[in-house]
Amino acid sequence: MKMDQDNFGSNSSTKWLFLMAWRDARKSKSRLFLFISSIILGIAALVAINSFSENLKDDINGQAKELLGADLELSANKDDFNYSFLDTLDYEVSSENSFASMVFFPKNQGSRLVDVRALEGAFPFYGVIESNPTSSAQSFRDGQAKALVDQSVLVQYDIQVGDSVRIGKVTFLIEGALISSPSQSMAATLVAPAVYIPMKYVEATGLIQKGSRVEYRKFYKLNDLDPEFDLDEQLRADREFLRTEGIRADTVEERKDDTGRTFENLSSFLNLVAFVALLLGCVGVASAVHIYIKEKIRTVAILRCLGAKGRDTFLIYLIQIGIIGLIGATIGAFSGTLLQTILPKVFADFLPVEVNFSISWPSILAGIATGFVVSILFALTPLLAIRKASPLLTLRNTPDGESGARDPLRWLVFSGIFIFIFGFAYLQIGDLSNSFVFTLSVLMAFGFLVLIARLAMWAVKKFFPTGWSYLWRQSLANLYRPNNQTTILIASIGLGTALITTLYFIQGLLISQVEITTDAGRPNMMLFDIQSYQKDEIAAFTKEQGLPVLQQVPVVTMRLSKINGNTLSEVMADSTLNYRSGAFNREWRITYRDSLIESEVLVEGEFRTMEANTDSVFVTIEKGFAQSNRIKLGDELIWNVQGVPVTTYVGGFREIDWERVQTNFLVLFPEGVLEKAPQFHVLITRVKSTEEGALYQRDIVKKYPNVSVIDIGLILTTVDEILGKISFVIRFMALFSIVTGLLVLIGSVILSKFQRIRESILLRTLGGSKRQILTINSLEYFVLGSLASLSGIALALLGSWALAYFTFETSFVPNVLPVLLVYVSITSLTVLIGLLNSRGILSKSPLEVLRSEIQ
Amino acid sequence: MASILKVQDLTKTYKSGSKNLTVLKNVNFEIEKGTSFSIVGPSGSGKTTLLGLCAGLDRASSGTVVLNGHALETLNEDQRAAVRNQNVGFVFQNFQLLPTLTALENVMVPMELRKEKNIRARSLELLDRVGLADRHDHYPTQLSGGEQQRISIARAFSNQPEILFADEPTGNLDEETSEKVEELLFSLNREAGTTLILVTHDLELANKTNRIIRIKGGQVIYDSELTPVETEI
Repeated sequence: MKMDQDNFGSNSSTKWLFLMAWRDARKSKSRLFLFISSIILGIAALVAINSFSENLKDDINGQAKELLGADLELSANKDDFNYSFLDTLDYEVSSENSFASMVFFPKNQGSRLVDVRALEGAFPFYGVIESNPTSSAQSFRDGQAKALVDQSVLVQYDIQVGDSVRIGKVTFLIEGALISSPSQSMAATLVAPAVYIPMKYVEATGLIQKGSRVEYRKFYKLNDLDPEFDLDEQLRADREFLRTEGIRADTVEERKDDTGRTFENLSSFLNLVAFVALLLGCVGVASAVHIYIKEKIRTVAILRCLGAKGRDTFLIYLIQIGIIGLIGATIGAFSGTLLQTILPKVFADFLPVEVNFSISWPSILAGIATGFVVSILFALTPLLAIRKASPLLTLRNTPDGESGARDPLRWLVFSGIFIFIFGFAYLQIGDLSNSFVFTLSVLMAFGFLVLIARLAMWAVKKFFPTGWSYLWRQSLANLYRPNNQTTILIASIGLGTALITTLYFIQGLLISQVEITTDAGRPNMMLFDIQSYQKDEIAAFTKEQGLPVLQQVPVVTMRLSKINGNTLSEVMADSTLNYRSGAFNREWRITYRDSLIESEVLVEGEFRTMEANTDSVFVTIEKGFAQSNRIKLGDELIWNVQGVPVTTYVGGFREIDWERVQTNFLVLFPEGVLEKAPQFHVLITRVKSTEEGALYQRDIVKKYPNVSVIDIGLILTTVDEILGKISFVIRFMALFSIVTGLLVLIGSVILSKFQRIRESILLRTLGGSKRQILTINSLEYFVLGSLASLSGIALALLGSWALAYFTFETSFVPNVLPVLLVYVSITSLTVLIGLLNSRGILSKSPLEVLRSEIQ
Repeated sequence: MASILKVQDLTKTYKSGSKNLTVLKNVNFEIEKGTSFSIVGPSGSGKTTLLGLCAGLDRASSGTVVLNGHALETLNEDQRAAVRNQNVGFVFQNFQLLPTLTALENVMVPMELRKEKNIRARSLELLDRVGLADRHDHYPTQLSGGEQQRISIARAFSNQPEILFADEPTGNLDEETSEKVEELLFSLNREAGTTLILVTHDLELANKTNRIIRIKGGQVIYDSELTPVETEI
């Protein structure tokens, strides 16, 4: 006896394990590369997005003051607000009054709603108002009647610098095109692009009247501040005073946080899209390793026969996969860093600051670590089979006894995969339930595909068409015979198809949301700021032009001072009161009428007019809003209607169809309460053509300069443009998933060649013609491709429907043609790659193929 | 002489659907060190199963196998692997060389598993002994069947085994190559003093061993040690 029992426990040296891993891998390099290729793109996308986000965050921090243009911005709806604390500081101030108004271009009679910003002082104190020519940002303030007009408006109306624009009663020379300015948001630009004018001309325009909605802003540059002084802390301490005075404050820190948060959300979303590409790659890894290990199981059996332990053989392949995963992740991480350079161009329209390129080592390291971990994690399930490989395989073709399928460690690996996906999603979303939903969706999608594959195999076996031709029977039998690739191919190709198709559907859904509002017959022009004395005159004028007055409503602005006797301070102080502070902080625009309109329906309570009850005022509230603010039927709401308190009770809840282009109101008063309050009116009409709209706008602006017109058609065009830009970003990110999906498809099909090679050669040896073998292979790949793409499409339909129903709250009607296109392309691609793959086998002699391919 | 392999009441049953299929039934024999022994029988008689059980590649349903002092049924798979590495050499019908390893590396593996030193020189020596030293850097696919089997024999002797199991070692070879391989196998066996256990269809080959047992239907129907003259062929 040459050994004792103690030697049973000794393991092979790490060096030998690495050596064997290398020896075994050197002849499988191309195959191993196939499996890493599927994670390269996912990692590249992740690293690119993360590096870009890091750089963006740094640049937002570095350029924070430029985002606000000042150290502090105070704004209110009144001109004479004062924050006495500032008197203790040394500061420079610049004022801006902004209001919506129509402008008129005499050159071509065009008119457009804009956000007029009357500016006084040296704003911005940090950063610049970007304009063309550059000097115009300063020269429009030289005391003359000059304006800086948003460049999109100039392009839209074919107006050049040097032309003129009339705002109210004053005609201004267009000094330059406004490209961007601090504190200018994309959403605001969409409805009303900015036009800067010097403050001293505001009065002369005659546009600011009693009841006009003007926002008064003051920008402060604070000098010689004590480094210990914390402005945000001071503002927090004075919060009650500012609220009572109706003053809103914005600081550099807040602006930085807000901007950062917005882009964090964007990068989280894109990260999840990239992560899905990576997950798809992981499926590729799992499928490639699964096939790879199946081929290696005989080698493992020989090693076991020669005395290698299960743990050692397992480690040999784990090392191999780990190293290859590391190489793939590193290539992906560095490709991602390069890719990052083009992201500022992709996101150009959304960036608040100039983003500089710098290598983000934390992102690269995180990418490499992620790639390494996913390679190992997803390879572990098939790798576990090695631990249980029986040495008896050296004597027999089929192993007896233990099988990897029963390995309890599989559950540990599955848990690891779940925790990894959940953890990653949580890092991006930061919300437990949403992360759980995301993880569950991914796993359910995968489970669904596996189920389809199993069902297909069962069904083909159970209802096998024995009467069909040999070629069909052979290819169908390939679906369930040992060494079949049905589950792997359906899971990987199906998941890829599902992802790509869902992205396509969602994009279509977003666009259809916009298109719905442009349908014929719907209102497309909205006039507001109509004074009470102009109301009837404008309605008559509109009718004279042959246009319908679709809706005409009064609007009263007010604030909520008490809910059931509780003020905001009491609500904030008492944690048992669940009312939201937002209800108190907002300025309410409310209408009054004695009937419901077609876009709303009373769902609870009663709609009570003043005639029915002369003692109390009963209002109705939009149901969703009431719920989110914990307002119940019968609650007492006290309003501050421009200084006058009005007590009301919640009489009923309404549901509103917000998709309609018309005025809808969260709170509705009955007639007989607000008639005497300062108010303006809104009129809604529909023009039949752009020309008719332009003429109507022009006439309104000429006759009633204080009235603003929103051309909904024009906004929709801009929305469409923005959606186009957003969908470009989504498509760009989806590209990673698509290409990864293709790589997984190519990888799966190429690897499956090794599964089919013996059969094909045997058939050839038995006299099967090249054509017959190609037909068998193409039929098999056709069935697999069809099953995979159809399952993927079914998943996408289900997912898109769920998103449409639960998130976008709209109906989902998929377009048949693209679905067909996806089916045809994916199936053809599967068959094509499968056939190209078989060609290599068929063009050589059977022996030659066996010698070169089977190892 | 001391026993190297002792088989007692060995039974192997497989589950086939809802039925149990007994492949080996109450097999008993004992083999002494340094002898040669062959198991013959028709296809499906259970001879390969018997070899697998004797070499610790599989577990018996009942009965015992004691290999060089190790009661195999008491050991787990890794412990049996260690027993194989320390005591056993294999020659297979399909050669079973590791396809991604060169001829030299294939011969080195059992010694590497035993963490031996200076194995390259010894492996080259073994390759030289089987006449393939000049092909040491070739991969199995670059070698003929006979050459692969010679590499396999060199590998089998590389860990200086106490016992060598050969499953139809010439089953995949032509007559001329078979003769060369047989000669090599027996001469190396003699030189190393190894116990040789052979599974074969080939009675001529079996007759070159010291002892023959014949199996049919999972049972030993003839043992040359007990009945020198075979009565049932």
